[in-house]
Amino acid sequence: MIRRTLAIAVKELLQLFRDLRTTLTLLVMPMVLLLIYGYALSFDIRHVRLAIVDHDGSRAARDVQQAYLRSGYFDLVGLERDEGALDPLFDSGRAQAALVIPDGYGAALAAGRRTELQFVLDGSDAQTATTILGYARQIVASVSPVLRTPTALGPVAARPLVWYNPDLASARFLVPGLVAFILMVTSVIATALAVVREKERGTMESLRATPLLALELLIGKTLPYLAVASLSAAGSLALAWALFDVPLRGSPFWLAVVTLLFLAGGLGWGVLISTLADTQQVAFQVGLLSSMLPTLLLSGFIFPISSMPPVVQAITHIVPARYFLVALRGIVLKGTGPEAWGMQAVALIVYGGVVLLLATVRTVRSL
Amino acid sequence: MRGILNILVKELLQLKRDPKILPILFVAPVVQLFILGFAATTDIKRVELAVCDLDRTAASRSLAEAFTASTYFRVVATTDSQDELGPLLERGDARVALTIPAGYGGDRAAGRTGVVQLLADGSDATTGTVGLSYAATILQQITEEDGLRPQVELRPIVLYNPDLKSRNFMVPGVLAMIIMVMTMMLTAMALVRETEIGTMEQVLVTPIKPIHLIVGKLVPYALVGLVEIVTAMPVVLLFFAVPMRGSYLTLFLLTLPFMLCTLGIGLLVSTLARTQQQAMMLTAFVFMLPQVYLSGFVFPIQNMPEPFQWVTYAVPLRYYVTILRGVFLKGVGFAVLWPQALALVALGAAILTLARLRFRRRLG
Repeated sequence: MIRRTLAIAVKELLQLFRDLRTTLTLLVMPMVLLLIYGYALSFDIRHVRLAIVDHDGSRAARDVQQAYLRSGYFDLVGLERDEGALDPLFDSGRAQAALVIPDGYGAALAAGRRTELQFVLDGSDAQTATTILGYARQIVASVSPVLRTPTALGPVAARPLVWYNPDLASARFLVPGLVAFILMVTSVIATALAVVREKERGTMESLRATPLLALELLIGKTLPYLAVASLSAAGSLALAWALFDVPLRGSPFWLAVVTLLFLAGGLGWGVLISTLADTQQVAFQVGLLSSMLPTLLLSGFIFPISSMPPVVQAITHIVPARYFLVALRGIVLKGTGPEAWGMQAVALIVYGGVVLLLATVRTVRSL
Repeated sequence: MRGILNILVKELLQLKRDPKILPILFVAPVVQLFILGFAATTDIKRVELAVCDLDRTAASRSLAEAFTASTYFRVVATTDSQDELGPLLERGDARVALTIPAGYGGDRAAGRTGVVQLLADGSDATTGTVGLSYAATILQQITEEDGLRPQVELRPIVLYNPDLKSRNFMVPGVLAMIIMVMTMMLTAMALVRETEIGTMEQVLVTPIKPIHLIVGKLVPYALVGLVEIVTAMPVVLLFFAVPMRGSYLTLFLLTLPFMLCTLGIGLLVSTLARTQQQAMMLTAFVFMLPQVYLSGFVFPIQNMPEPFQWVTYAVPLRYYVTILRGVFLKGVGFAVLWPQALALVALGAAILTLARLRFRRRLG
């Protein structure tokens, strides 16, 4: 059994090495991608394009403008005379936000009356808009005097303390997600065509004539890719640590175990697709669509799973990256052990087992 | 012209013959739009909160009550020992922990600032940030209710998406991405397959001109892309209730230059790859991922370092996402979107020319 599996593995490895372009791509591409996108991805918003309409012109009005521009979050794109001038700015996206200071602002402030500022905001990108609004409120709170009623209690303030990622840098939590994403796409791509290619070229017939078992064939086909994928995973994680400040607080051993489980699942999924498809075209299409979009959107990489509707949350359970991400973030950022993410590891094992089983059943039928 | 038509008919026949490709073409995109459209939300509701009240006065209880009653948080645990908060955050059961220290009520009654501690899990920076800002909002409300009001208030007016639903922003982006993925991959595969099977040679000895061959190969997939938009539209408008403020005509007309780019890329891939596996890797790594990450679909372009912002100008999806969001949410037309349309036409022409040159070299 082992001998035959190894024979297939060696054959597959030879075939892989002969296609040097493919091998190098699988080996190096994940690191290159991580290098590029690790720098590009960020939710930390700066340089908000701000237009200002000042109907007041008082000293206080200038103060509040200064407060906005000095905050470091906003870039001034225009001082407009009236609100009518804002429409084209917003429609074309040249302005994202506008501060409107009403006539009488300075006078009201001096007289101790309450007054308001208007903040116009392009809401199309809801997340960015919410963050910008938060900045805007903070700035106003910092320049506004406080009116107290006679019975007033003292104010409430918070002393925030952020664990694991003290400056809340989005890179530190996005980069592990990116690693999971890239590895998933790579491993599915690596094996999605492995079996269907034999079918299309007719060499499946020759394999059928040998005493080879379906399971041996599949494991033999997966092993070389597992080796290649492990190497590139190690490289990617090292890169994340060296360049993007992603720490390794937990144990390297568990990191390796969890990563291997995840890779096996991804490669297994590729093999399953390969046994289901009749043509490489279908395998290609299904492989990319089923690895790329779900891992991007359904794994908790970018969008929090707990905010999704229950039905979609249920669907996320069949996305292996979901489990890997919890374990990966746990190990590298929080330094937790199996007691915190043991269930995720079990889920990865179950996933890999089910996928391989389905692929075997499928191959037995066609053999 | 006859040549183009023949190729076109042959290509459509071939599509029809593969029983597995039709569901992939027309059902998968709609299903994906359904699921991914629902998933792509950054609106964080009910952050998991643990509360630790060490003060146990009327004031501290009313503060805890304000957190419990708010729709921003879901209280997952209430304890009176700070040591229990650590494990809750470690396991991810709680994202934010509120500690009200002893003396809080007394401080506030004496007119001093009552300081509470907020512990946030930074390993998910998005939820952590949002949780902290929700908490700040609640604390500010309490301060105001108890008699300290800021003199200046900020009144926000939110344009285009007044409820700040991230779905309205994401769903058009998901639609753009699905159209891109489908048209790009289909074209690439269709052509590489011919090369790999060897039928390309046979086609080339016929009197069909290469340009006719290319057009005949691309048009069916452009049709597929357009049909996909039509089938996806009800999902976008009815299920996700994304407002459609612009005109359908604008949307369709501006989709054409985008497909010029995606089909052109497919063609280019087919001239670069020898096997379908290489085509798959090229499409995925070189053409698809950059479009996903550098288009502003999820990650705002303005947050990127400047060199990356320049690179985004070469990404067709960037313009198409702007177009879709402009038409759907802002209701703008050619008057505003012409620079994007122009960029797409220019990019498409460049890509097609390049592909055409490579294609000819390959023949020779």
